[in-house]
Amino acid sequence: MIGMTSWTKSRYLPAVLLVAGLIVTAILPSTGLVNDYLQFVIVSVAINAILCVSLNLVNGWMGEFSVGHAGFMALGAYASAILTVKLFPSAPAALIFPAAVLIGGTVAGLAGIPVGILSFKTRGDYLAIITLAFLMIVKSGLENIPYTGGPRGMLGIPRLTTVAWAYFWCVVAFWAIRNLVYSKYGRGIAAIREDEIAAEAMGVNTRTAKLVAFVTSSFFAGIAGALFAHQLQFINPSSFDILKSTEILVMVYLGGVASLGGSLLGAGFVTILTQCLQPLGTWRMVVLPALLVLLMLFRPGGIMGYRDWNWLKPRIPFRSKPDVKDNGKEEIVP
Amino acid sequence: MKYLAQQAINALQLGSIYALIALGYSMVYGVLTMINFAHGDVFMLGAFFCLLLIAIVPVPFWLALIVVMGATALLGTLIERFAYRPLRNAPRVSAIITALGCGLVIQNTTLGISPYARPMPHLIDNATYQFAGITVTTLQIIIIGVSVALMLVLDFLISKTSFGMAMRAIASDRATVSLLGVPANQVIAVTFALGAALGGAAGLLYGMAYPVVSAAMGITVGWKAFVAAVIGGIGNMRGAVLGAFLLGGVEVMTVAVLPSTYRDLISYSLLLLILVFKPHGLLGKSTIHKA
Repeated sequence: MIGMTSWTKSRYLPAVLLVAGLIVTAILPSTGLVNDYLQFVIVSVAINAILCVSLNLVNGWMGEFSVGHAGFMALGAYASAILTVKLFPSAPAALIFPAAVLIGGTVAGLAGIPVGILSFKTRGDYLAIITLAFLMIVKSGLENIPYTGGPRGMLGIPRLTTVAWAYFWCVVAFWAIRNLVYSKYGRGIAAIREDEIAAEAMGVNTRTAKLVAFVTSSFFAGIAGALFAHQLQFINPSSFDILKSTEILVMVYLGGVASLGGSLLGAGFVTILTQCLQPLGTWRMVVLPALLVLLMLFRPGGIMGYRDWNWLKPRIPFRSKPDVKDNGKEEIVP
Repeated sequence: MKYLAQQAINALQLGSIYALIALGYSMVYGVLTMINFAHGDVFMLGAFFCLLLIAIVPVPFWLALIVVMGATALLGTLIERFAYRPLRNAPRVSAIITALGCGLVIQNTTLGISPYARPMPHLIDNATYQFAGITVTTLQIIIIGVSVALMLVLDFLISKTSFGMAMRAIASDRATVSLLGVPANQVIAVTFALGAALGGAAGLLYGMAYPVVSAAMGITVGWKAFVAAVIGGIGNMRGAVLGAFLLGGVEVMTVAVLPSTYRDLISYSLLLLILVFKPHGLLGKSTIHKA
């Protein structure tokens, strides 16, 4: 079936590469090739990439402006940490960690439902304010719950986020959001961005599309939060304030709106730049926003706004050329 | 009763500071339909400018107020000219992000220069008066008095002068107004200057009332004022003042009854509740958003 010349066109290649990646990331820490610090950076890039692509679904593809992403992240982080620290502290990590991450995502996803419902009535600036209020309510709500340590936060979370887990969830997030945005629902979501009334007139169920976008986005924010909690081993409400949201926004708009590749680039670029600028201390947070302002002035779409690498796009039937065999005859697929 | 009246004075004091900041948010939103997220940080810089001024020359309160208002007005104009004006015709989101970015640059620059909270020196002799058992300080009288005076001046400017008329005209239809020969860019620049001057005055007054000045003030206090502007209906001046006094009252009462950590929870919940039932705030025009 697969000729030597066309192995790059094989439909199994992505799966093979992804599994190979998983194996590499699983054995990487034990080879001693990368030290703890590098592993930390790699995991951070993966977590930020999940946050970035999930926020991009709402802010990029749907064209709304959510500043509450850190709130969803906080819910995922706290829900998963309660499981691993408070409820099942002695359960085997291999069993409890995937469950904790999934439950963290689910809790955040459920919290996305009310925000999605509120987005039916309000749009634009007022929706941005609602997401801001959501973030502040989550943050100050967590500060007032003694069970999770109040403003001091939760300590002693086991370090369960390995490079392989971060890689795995990152791939799942990109795969799910890619399949969503290139599906019928995804085109509905993009249609809301372009013109909501026209989209509705063309038969897009805008309410379903908005709800799907918000819930998916917050679900993956929760996943990222769970990974984040089990990477840093310490969370408190102020780790999820408006600055965290802004950091994710910087990644989204720097990398490029409505772009999978842009999300990856933005997360990688900002995370690594933040690490490189570590000696600058506070001034680091001057450089990043200044970069963002300059970007908005000179290249408003970000590095890859509204574009994507071909290898990240699914093979959509009407986009690909007819399948031509090596002998030049067109193959007619029944 | 006496306790309640005492708390009402505190609420008036907090509310009038919120109102001064909220007016800046609302004015800019009125003319440009843009959330000026950097405004809270301009407010914070107002307090820092005052610290700087007093450190160089010990000036009386009135002079400090005028100098600080002038300095923040200049800053507001500069931000408008170099960060917002190039984006006048860009998508709205670009402008919001730029504003957010500008705010962060200002905040973190201040944090880089002055990492710790600083005490504010006394600018006036603070005396205490008793009226029917209620304690009022000179400071409270000055804060409420200056705020109300500034609001009245602003109200006069907007409703009685030709500048105010131009501003209201731009708010309703910028393209047409420009065609009719109104210098829209100048009017917008002056609007920013006025808003920033009020924010700077609020920063100075806040620094005097709660005598610790820190770089985080732009977020903790400035964003609260933004909430006030939204509760009242952003873009509406009287709404901003109403929202500010309402929020000030709610916050003071919350702290009087519950632990102070509940303050943010209650005020943002109030915001959410009002937006659910009145999506454009208490006095905001309900425009047809889907058009």
